[in-house]
Amino acid sequence: MNALADLPPWASVMTSLLVLVGSGLALVGSIGLVRFKTFYERVHAPTLGSTLGLFCILAASMLYFSMAQTRAVVHEILIGIFVTTTTPVTFLLLVQASVYRDRFEGSDPLAGLGEDRAVVKTLVPSSGIANGSTAPPGC
Amino acid sequence: MSIFVLTVALFISKVFLTLAVATAAYRILRGPRAQDRVLGMDTLYVNAMLLLLVFGIGSGTTLYFEVALVIGLLGFVATLTLAKFLLRGEVIE
Repeated sequence: MNALADLPPWASVMTSLLVLVGSGLALVGSIGLVRFKTFYERVHAPTLGSTLGLFCILAASMLYFSMAQTRAVVHEILIGIFVTTTTPVTFLLLVQASVYRDRFEGSDPLAGLGEDRAVVKTLVPSSGIANGSTAPPGC
Repeated sequence: MSIFVLTVALFISKVFLTLAVATAAYRILRGPRAQDRVLGMDTLYVNAMLLLLVFGIGSGTTLYFEVALVIGLLGFVATLTLAKFLLRGEVIE
């Protein structure tokens, strides 16, 4: 069974290209997640798939359904808006938690970064670490 | 002809995204520390959502879109909650 609609050739080629580029970017981002050495490098890789890869596949989906149903289908924009606004927030909080856990174990990941360190120090207050009151779970 | 091109492209795209999900699952299983596993889980969510969107193009129904929307909403909450748990040791204070 083949449920694909018979699109005009330019729309079909356009959809194919967008889908291939989007999934290729997602794959490259996920390979980067495996190949990078430290956690702070690994955080950068998956955002490739969750921004441009997501946009390409959403554009392909919008193009396909708009041509197949002969009316504009734009509700995929919802997913795009939601994922692009939430991904930076989650990764920022995750890196903050990671820096906190590394400092708790005595290895400062930001040591030797010069003046950048003073900026980050204001983001992660070190008072809780000095007291040692709460241990991070599940190391 | 155009159906053939689209079918081949969708198949290759599904293979790519499945490999992406597999690499994210490898990072979840292997990840040396907890934050690596959380990062791998977030990547797995996003890749599974993209895979569902591609399935939706292939099948022509909009049902897959709604599933992808729910995954996008809940994956954010899951990752945020786990990051908060790693930071503070409890979720609701």
